[in-house]
Amino acid sequence: MSVHEIEVTINGKKYQEQVESRMLLSDFLREKCGLTGTHVGCEHGVCGACTIHLNGSAVRSCLIFAVQVDGQEITTVEGLTKDGELTPLQRNFIECHGLQCGFCTPGILMSTTDYLQKNPNPTLQEIKEMLSGHLCRCTGYEGIIKAIQKTIDENNHHYEAERR
Amino acid sequence: MGKSIARKEDPRFLRGKGRYVDDVILPNMLYMAILRSPYAHARIRRIDTSAALAAPGVKLVLTGEDLAKMNLAWMPTLNGDQQMVLAVDKVLFQYQEVAAVVAETRAQAEDALQLIEVDYEPLPVVVDPFKALEPDAPILREDREKKSNHIWHWESGDREETENVFRDAPVVVKQDVRFQRVHPSPLEPCGCVADYNTATGRLTFYVTSQAPHVHRTVIAMLSGIPEHQIRVISPDIGGGFGNKVGVYPGYVVAVAASLKLGVPVKWIETRTENIASTSFARDFHMTCEIAAREDGKVLGLRVKTIADHGAFDAAANPTKFPAGLFNIVTGSYDFKAAFVEVDAVYTNKAPGGVAYRCSFRVTEAAYLIERTMDVLAQRLKIDPAELRFRNFIRKDQFPYKSPTGWVYDSGDYEKTLKLALERIGYDELRKEQAEKRARGEFMGIGISTFTEIVGGGPKNTFDILGIKMFDSAEIRVHPTGKVIARLGVRHQGQGHETTFAQIIAEELGLSADDVLIEEGDTDTAPYGLGTYASRSTPTAGAAAALCARRIREKARKIAAHLLEVGEDDVVWDGTAFSAKGLPGKSVTMKDVAFAAYTDVPDGVEPGLEATYYYDPPNLTFPHGAYIAVVDIDKGTGAVKVRRFLAVDDCGNVINPMIVEGQVHGGLTEGFAIAFMQDIPYDSNGNCLAPNWMDYLVPTALDTPHWETDRTVTPSPHHPIGAKGVGESPNVGSPAAFVNAVVDALSPLGVEHIDMPLYPWKIWKILREHGINE
Repeated sequence: MSVHEIEVTINGKKYQEQVESRMLLSDFLREKCGLTGTHVGCEHGVCGACTIHLNGSAVRSCLIFAVQVDGQEITTVEGLTKDGELTPLQRNFIECHGLQCGFCTPGILMSTTDYLQKNPNPTLQEIKEMLSGHLCRCTGYEGIIKAIQKTIDENNHHYEAERR
Repeated sequence: MGKSIARKEDPRFLRGKGRYVDDVILPNMLYMAILRSPYAHARIRRIDTSAALAAPGVKLVLTGEDLAKMNLAWMPTLNGDQQMVLAVDKVLFQYQEVAAVVAETRAQAEDALQLIEVDYEPLPVVVDPFKALEPDAPILREDREKKSNHIWHWESGDREETENVFRDAPVVVKQDVRFQRVHPSPLEPCGCVADYNTATGRLTFYVTSQAPHVHRTVIAMLSGIPEHQIRVISPDIGGGFGNKVGVYPGYVVAVAASLKLGVPVKWIETRTENIASTSFARDFHMTCEIAAREDGKVLGLRVKTIADHGAFDAAANPTKFPAGLFNIVTGSYDFKAAFVEVDAVYTNKAPGGVAYRCSFRVTEAAYLIERTMDVLAQRLKIDPAELRFRNFIRKDQFPYKSPTGWVYDSGDYEKTLKLALERIGYDELRKEQAEKRARGEFMGIGISTFTEIVGGGPKNTFDILGIKMFDSAEIRVHPTGKVIARLGVRHQGQGHETTFAQIIAEELGLSADDVLIEEGDTDTAPYGLGTYASRSTPTAGAAAALCARRIREKARKIAAHLLEVGEDDVVWDGTAFSAKGLPGKSVTMKDVAFAAYTDVPDGVEPGLEATYYYDPPNLTFPHGAYIAVVDIDKGTGAVKVRRFLAVDDCGNVINPMIVEGQVHGGLTEGFAIAFMQDIPYDSNGNCLAPNWMDYLVPTALDTPHWETDRTVTPSPHHPIGAKGVGESPNVGSPAAFVNAVVDALSPLGVEHIDMPLYPWKIWKILREHGINE
């Protein structure tokens, strides 16, 4: 098995590691970098629990090899908080009871964070379409959707307040 | 109590700082992978592991023969059977565990699996449980004395009295109903890290376990390691849903490997392994008969069931209940007589049966009675809501003894259904339906008014492998009035860290923020039977309240000392102790806690803590009234759930937000079961849905919006009047969905359709009636 040296920036920190070419990015993050917030629920790209940001975009880390991200930039759920403070989306997950066992939560946070940056004002249907790349076995999605909607509302109020 | 406070467990999960089993990484840890059978039934002629052993990184290869030398080739199951850990002589289901490789990396272990050569001789396969009982069926379990695929026969109720009622009944309806094989599929699969320390002789075992103490005892009995030398840690669990109750072969092999190698061994299964080899749910082939009067008053119930248990009977049941609590099947109705029988059968499939919010087969029971009540309503042309009102156990009949022997604690079924009918606008919906029917459109309304039975259970009848089904709490108040409390249950997302803190805080007059809850470490937590069957609130919830009251009693002694009055003159008002007749003189629990360490009266032990092991006097019987409204697309057969209302009654509610979340999740499972989920096997015994491409889990796009409401009928025997609720939504909802779809199609004469209600099934029915040609 060929081994490659890769250098990748994760949550603002540089990692230089030797990886086998077949090592999945999800395993790399969890095992080599100790970033175990990224979860693996299926290894066939269905559940979305392994979703991270690659150069700012949400992707499945179980369908990417670590060697493919050489020289690129990654954010995981551990890198979402700013100065230890939860983001508004994270706070609203608490408020709206958007999680139970917590296993799907990191992946959903990563997709949603990316999505709302690109689509600040989605409809309910659009939120559900975005979420449909993720499986959650606990919540029935209601709390998650509420948390996302609340975040959108708060953002809108925030923008309006800024305009005034 | 009763407040929707935010969950204490959320911040760590949101930061990626939860600690699940696969997050455990220990020095020198090795990785294990399991070779599984491609055949459903085959003799093993030979296993050659030499090439695998020589592969890079490989430290150990284990087969059934190796385990037999350690007396670990078979293990006992919770239903009194035994199950192969690694195949001995033959395999009995596809994906069965045949051999295991331990290597430096998981990839190396998986590579080496490919190098193991197994010589199989295929044997005839049995997948149909009815065919399994035919006299010339191949015998699957050659290890058993009884040379038959019949596992056991179980019955409940009075056969003779029921026969009499049926003989004289003016109306009898009979319906065959299959509750298909499904799988709980928690998002996190099963796994473990076994860490045997050769110097100390201690085994530390991290495992996805809903019942860590029971796992400890079982491992001690299996492995010969003394129980005090085993520490089971069930860390954060990524959902359980009954999947993580039992001991799986992978756990035993990992322990055996760590014993042999003296280093930690991790085993994490894949999604396919999870679906195809761990506990399935349901697979009951039921025939239900109701005897009734012409006005719809039910008289007798007769149920006959063939239960497909797969190759080993590993159904997770209390010892005396091989078919679980299936005899709750008389439901919410006042039957004069009932007789229930179940025959369990071996087939070439994965073991299991009891899982997926089933409360020990209550899912099957509730579905069957609610489905058949609708068949009766349809035959007699009585509105299904009206039929239910005519037959409900009345509020004044509680505690109510059912004809199969359960004593229901409390209920107000009329009130709950009335609220549901009003909220959904039942009469208007029926009018709308009549108009739509006149236009040839298919709209259906389905009702399910179920009774659950949860909180197993009283020691005289309920035990797991002989261990009585109590549960426990241990509460320790620190000098500064902060609290650590540990319980014998183990949550998998149900919010115990929050709700148990609420119970204890309420009893002690403290803030829930001041109470830390821990579960899952068998070295520290008091012995308990674990979390499943919605038993946490009924058992450990009761233990927590009573344990806190023990502390309060001691606190009263200390308070009397501080207030300088007699103990009888101390009054507790929920937040502080005061002296009777001396207004303004009071001490808080915090004051008392400090005094317990600094100023203890003579004759009182220092410190402030207590333990309570709670043996429940009865189970709790939450109930609900669920209504589904569906529209069927004539062209495609697709069912759209237009509305779904769930009114639950679980007695006093500890945290409404958390109950709501439980209901949402459970309804989503019920929806999936009704419309999407099935684990079929082909005639060769191939599992046809061993991944999430074929075994469907609903996404946010599929999942309907849930409306919820509540009535409150407290459990009279529970210390805080609370009943379990976690599984109610899964127990109650499938019947509502199917009843709605059958109701929609009833103008065509349809009386029943087996789940899942795939569009193609509905489409076929419509086509047979010339609707969508």
